[in-house]
Amino acid sequence: MITFEDVVKVYPGGATAVDHLSLELPTGKMTVLVGPSGCGKTTSLRMINRMVTPTSGRVLIDGRDVAGQDEALLRRGIGYVIQHAGLFPHRTVLDNVATVPLLLGETRRTARAKALELLERVGLSAGFAKRYPAQLSGGQQQRVGVARALAADPPIMLMDEPFSAVDPVVRAQLHAEFLRLQQDLGKTIAMVTHDIDEAIKLGDHVAVFRAGGHLAQFATPRDLLAHPADDFVADFVGRDRGLRSLSFDTASDLPVKPVDGLELDEAGRPLGWPGPDGLRETGGVFTKEDSLRVVTDLAIRSPVGIAVRVGPDGAADGLVSHHDIADYLASRRS
Amino acid sequence: MIQYLTNNADTIWLALQEHIVLALLPVLFGFVIAVPLGYLAVRYRWLYQPLINTFGVLYSIPSLALFVFLPVVLGTKVLSPVNIVVALTVYTVALLARTVADGLRSVDPVVVQAATAMGYRPLRRLTGVELPIALPVVLAGLRVATVSNISLVSVGALIGIGGLGQLFTRGFQLFYVEPILVGIILSVLLAGLADLAIVLVQRAVTPWTRAA
Ligand SMILES: Nc1ncnc2c1ncn2[C@@H]1O[C@H](COP(=O)(O)OP(=O)(O)O)[C@@H](O)[C@H]1O
Ligand SMILES: [Mg+2]
Repeated sequence: MITFEDVVKVYPGGATAVDHLSLELPTGKMTVLVGPSGCGKTTSLRMINRMVTPTSGRVLIDGRDVAGQDEALLRRGIGYVIQHAGLFPHRTVLDNVATVPLLLGETRRTARAKALELLERVGLSAGFAKRYPAQLSGGQQQRVGVARALAADPPIMLMDEPFSAVDPVVRAQLHAEFLRLQQDLGKTIAMVTHDIDEAIKLGDHVAVFRAGGHLAQFATPRDLLAHPADDFVADFVGRDRGLRSLSFDTASDLPVKPVDGLELDEAGRPLGWPGPDGLRETGGVFTKEDSLRVVTDLAIRSPVGIAVRVGPDGAADGLVSHHDIADYLASRRS
Repeated sequence: MIQYLTNNADTIWLALQEHIVLALLPVLFGFVIAVPLGYLAVRYRWLYQPLINTFGVLYSIPSLALFVFLPVVLGTKVLSPVNIVVALTVYTVALLARTVADGLRSVDPVVVQAATAMGYRPLRRLTGVELPIALPVVLAGLRVATVSNISLVSVGALIGIGGLGQLFTRGFQLFYVEPILVGIILSVLLAGLADLAIVLVQRAVTPWTRAA
């Protein structure tokens, strides 16, 4: 657990970057610090590994004040990933990843063996090992950055806008892979982003900052969307937060109507909706595990305003119109 | 010419050896002194400008003046080769301290911060990350310093020690062109070879600059 106890940071020159921050980042979870640019996210993150010293207040890791710990040793136990990866241009990909194990005194051999394993973990083939950072795309560099931070298996990871510099397609891919990785590893992660969508997608908890280094709200993504603490948070989270909050619920309890009017093949799988010019595509199907957001989207895009549910065998087993979804949401609210 | 070479092979060989030592020893000393100075100039930003200015002034002192003046300061004999080595070391430091500082300043601060965040202590970060990345810039400065030292050694002949420069003074005294020609050719060859050697070393130790 990482604890901020009434932490203040005033930079020489007068800017208050962090203003009386008290916050607990739970062990094994990913906490995302989000907020507009300049609101003190990076400063807060860097107080965890002593890259920045608080003006007052304390930062503790598992109850121990970081201020009393040897800087270098503390940092070797904390993975660090930054926006443009910050790879060492003079070292190969493999040696970049082997950096911290080497600092910890492991032999070159062991360090490189570990590094190779990690490259694979982040989805880079061994063919990349001998390349230099300049020979990689932005997305690949970022993967190496993540591998480098993980190499010594630190219990804590700090990530400062790790996915901001790559294009949206690659970013979505990195998100998915990172979530899978975190599911396996269960690190205590503090991640900074200015992108609320990323925060909601990745975070177990989200800390929303506002200008002047104030913590505006600390909540789970679901609570943040459902109950924003004030107008600033509501505005920052976005006007479509109602629709987005549907991402957190599955369609398992959503009542369906019997299949009717839909053209099926002999196995019961949907072929399409009959229309004047032949069959019209359903535009996709959903299962009980899909989110309500997916179902709503399907109903909106369907040529007849109806989303089709299928069972594990792919056979259609129910229909939902957008009226049904609205009724269901209304019934949940009451 | 051939006649001159065969008759004076020993003298020429000695002059060449002396030239190499007088030119390259200061490169070595200068480099060792310039690295910490360059580092300090980057670490303590306010030092950069005064340091650059000081070395600018030092570098502009005519070499002959320095050769003559140093015995007074150091208490060495006028004919001691130490004067040449010290003088050229001063020039080398003047040139390289700035190059090292500029090289270190060219390192992306994000990379330095990443190194710090991973748990490098300052000295190991300097030797393991910052200097290697600054190496292309530093080696470029080293080439200039080496070639310039090789040509400056000859000036020492005017005060009686100067490697191949002694061939020039002898030629002038005797109105005799051969030693002058041999001296010029050898010192140009020497400069070219030294330069080539540094370029080869550079290629070997900075393979990453050619990646991309
Ligand atoms: N090293 C520094 N010296 C002075 N002011 C700084 C320094 N770093 C950040 N600041 C200021 O502190 C505030 C918070 O910065 P930062 O933590 O980087 O915000 P964020 O990461 O949320 O964009 C900003 O006003 C910024 O200008
Ligand atoms: Mg920032």
